[in-house]
Amino acid sequence: MLIKHHALFETNVLLLVLGIFLTIIVGGLVEIVPLFTIESTIEKVQGMRPYSPLELVGRNIYIREGCYVCHSQMIRPFRDEVERYGHYSLAAESQYDHPFQWGSKRNGPDLARVGGKYSDDWHVAHMKNPRSVVPESIMPGYPHLARHELNQPDIAEHLKTLRIVGVPYTDDDIKNAAADLKAQATPDANTKDLMARYPKAHIGGSGVIPGKITELDALIAYLQVVGTMVDFTNFDPKTIER
Amino acid sequence: MWGRLRPEFDLIGNDAVRFFLKVFGEPVAGGDMIQTTMARGNHAPSEPYVDSVVRKFVLAATFWGIVGFLVGIVIAWQLVFPALNLDLEWTTFGRLRPVHTSAVIFAFGGNVLLATTMFVVQRTCRVRLFGGEALANFVFWGYQLFIVMAALGYVLGITQGREYAEPEWYVDLWLTVVWLAYLAIFLGTLLKRREPHIYVANWFFLAFIITIAVLHVGNNLAVPVSFTGAKSYSLYSGVQDALTQWWYGHNAVGFFLTAGFLGIMYYFVPKRAERPVYSYRLSIVHFWALLFLYIWAGPHHLHYTALLDWTQTLGMTFSIMLWMPSWGGMINGIMTLSGAWEKLRTDPVMRFLVTSIAFYGMSTFEGPLMSIKSVNALSHYTDWGIGHVHSGALGWVAFVSFGALYHLVPVLWQRSRLYSMRLVGYHFWIATLGIVLYITSMWISGIMQGLMWRAYDQYGFLQYSFIETVKAMKPYYFMRASGGVLFLIGALIMAYNFYRTIKGDLREEQPYEGAGTGQANMAKPASAVAAR
Repeated sequence: MLIKHHALFETNVLLLVLGIFLTIIVGGLVEIVPLFTIESTIEKVQGMRPYSPLELVGRNIYIREGCYVCHSQMIRPFRDEVERYGHYSLAAESQYDHPFQWGSKRNGPDLARVGGKYSDDWHVAHMKNPRSVVPESIMPGYPHLARHELNQPDIAEHLKTLRIVGVPYTDDDIKNAAADLKAQATPDANTKDLMARYPKAHIGGSGVIPGKITELDALIAYLQVVGTMVDFTNFDPKTIER
Repeated sequence: MWGRLRPEFDLIGNDAVRFFLKVFGEPVAGGDMIQTTMARGNHAPSEPYVDSVVRKFVLAATFWGIVGFLVGIVIAWQLVFPALNLDLEWTTFGRLRPVHTSAVIFAFGGNVLLATTMFVVQRTCRVRLFGGEALANFVFWGYQLFIVMAALGYVLGITQGREYAEPEWYVDLWLTVVWLAYLAIFLGTLLKRREPHIYVANWFFLAFIITIAVLHVGNNLAVPVSFTGAKSYSLYSGVQDALTQWWYGHNAVGFFLTAGFLGIMYYFVPKRAERPVYSYRLSIVHFWALLFLYIWAGPHHLHYTALLDWTQTLGMTFSIMLWMPSWGGMINGIMTLSGAWEKLRTDPVMRFLVTSIAFYGMSTFEGPLMSIKSVNALSHYTDWGIGHVHSGALGWVAFVSFGALYHLVPVLWQRSRLYSMRLVGYHFWIATLGIVLYITSMWISGIMQGLMWRAYDQYGFLQYSFIETVKAMKPYYFMRASGGVLFLIGALIMAYNFYRTIKGDLREEQPYEGAGTGQANMAKPASAVAAR
């Protein structure tokens, strides 16, 4: 039947185009659309917040350098992964990630819970020359991050753009973006407002260039917060609504 | 099983033979048949085809292929010797890896697809390209500009951070314009065709062009921070973003690297074998099944992640089903050689084409296997995935491309034959050895990595630290990089062969047994079908 009438498609371009379009569109619609409509896609957890301005800039450096090419940020619910990296990743933990950075390959370890695992000094040494702290490492060195002063005059615009795509930054967050960025990277700065807006933010900066904020400061601020926002000490997966 | 299809096949077979006679060649009697065919074989009744642009695409494909393979080798050696990252921001693995993937997929593969679609659609419709030379030239230069803008961006750190969709919003917009022009050329040419039927290769080409447009737009929706800056933020986040990205990512494989190249197979294999396509019925069934099933397979890239479980299972189920239409295509390609198997011995170009189909069969078996959740638990995040991709990319995509390019160059530049068929043979064996080294080393390292990550010692502790698993990979990374070098050497031999062919040189060499000048059946007057 199908074969006999297939000549219809072979002799009519528009019918062939229509047939192709309808055939390829079904799968995507069935799989992707429900993720936006059903409530169980993302768990309701305590502690998730948008990135602070400095963390956001650090995350953009993470993307710029292609870290996702070798590092995943998605711990699977297996005994060995949970013991090696920490609690398995929740969908809620990347809900403000535009784009997601789950990765697909582990040339290096997963980084979903790297926050708080190493000291700032370790990160500075490691980013400048990974082999100075891990002799067998095959990671590239990023000494230039410690040399480049951070240049982000349009940080408020970034927060505004993210608000358009759904990240709940408040007017207050946007107004104070530039000040928050500076405060988070400056030791002894007044960070009371910053900490109220962005709990658990990692304060201080690496101090590789005293008195200046470098790209490395931003990257470390990001790495130190990854995977730490949700408090897993009293977390029971059975109690969260999914 | 296929016996049942015979009556219908014969009917179509005869049809197809007539079709091929009409479209691909004219009966010529002996004598200086090659020259005659060359001069007269490939033109439409009234006006010549737009082949000048096809020639440019062929040269671009050769050039970008070598660039892409070279960058691949650089990053492969960086994993063995990290000092090769040079401590410079522009040369780290993280920035060069997208250069490699985009160069081989979009620059090499893309230019091969553009060359072959434009070549094939004119001949199977017996009309000039819609839009003529001007529109085709726009697509050529527009596409090269897309490649250069994308690659420059990666090196300078401008990226969306989405695998295989790294170009930022302004490059994406430009590509959309170029792609729509390409779609217009292809559709327009089909619409004004002089053949009643649309040939099977064109179904696949059309599906490839349409689906890539849908995927490209769907996956790259983003809001730029400012219209004068490069940075944008993706419309989706987290889990929705992940599935959208792998809906795109897996179907870039399914439609760019599979449907498009199946179109190439459906023209060049029957052409080169001088046999009609094995089964018309099979091509219909596997065409629609492939289109329908592929789109669902994306979630198998997200097994055991925070993606909803039912979506993962659905993705796995469809990935396994996908095995069937994939092998339908393989069977239809390989069996087209029925009665022409001796060409494997006498025509090294045919060897590339047939081996590519064999690799296609192998990697489309491996894929469904790896999509099974319990297998994926081991293979995901490891080099096994890299090995799988390369058995498809090197073995299938690149080999079928080489076969098509070797066929196209003498035709497009109107030479009696390639400069050297022996060099094609060397290319074949060197590249095949390279692939074998590549995929076996990645199988070993991938499975080893997966097993080491989950190994426990007798006290119930994790047996290996992560860095110990990195260290264990070194010999395999060395082997893989060496395989890559062989593959590049093969491509350089091909480029040299093209250069001498285009220059008009003919190498004095021992022809392949029974192959005359290296083109099987060329000298047989009984054969009514000209080899080109």
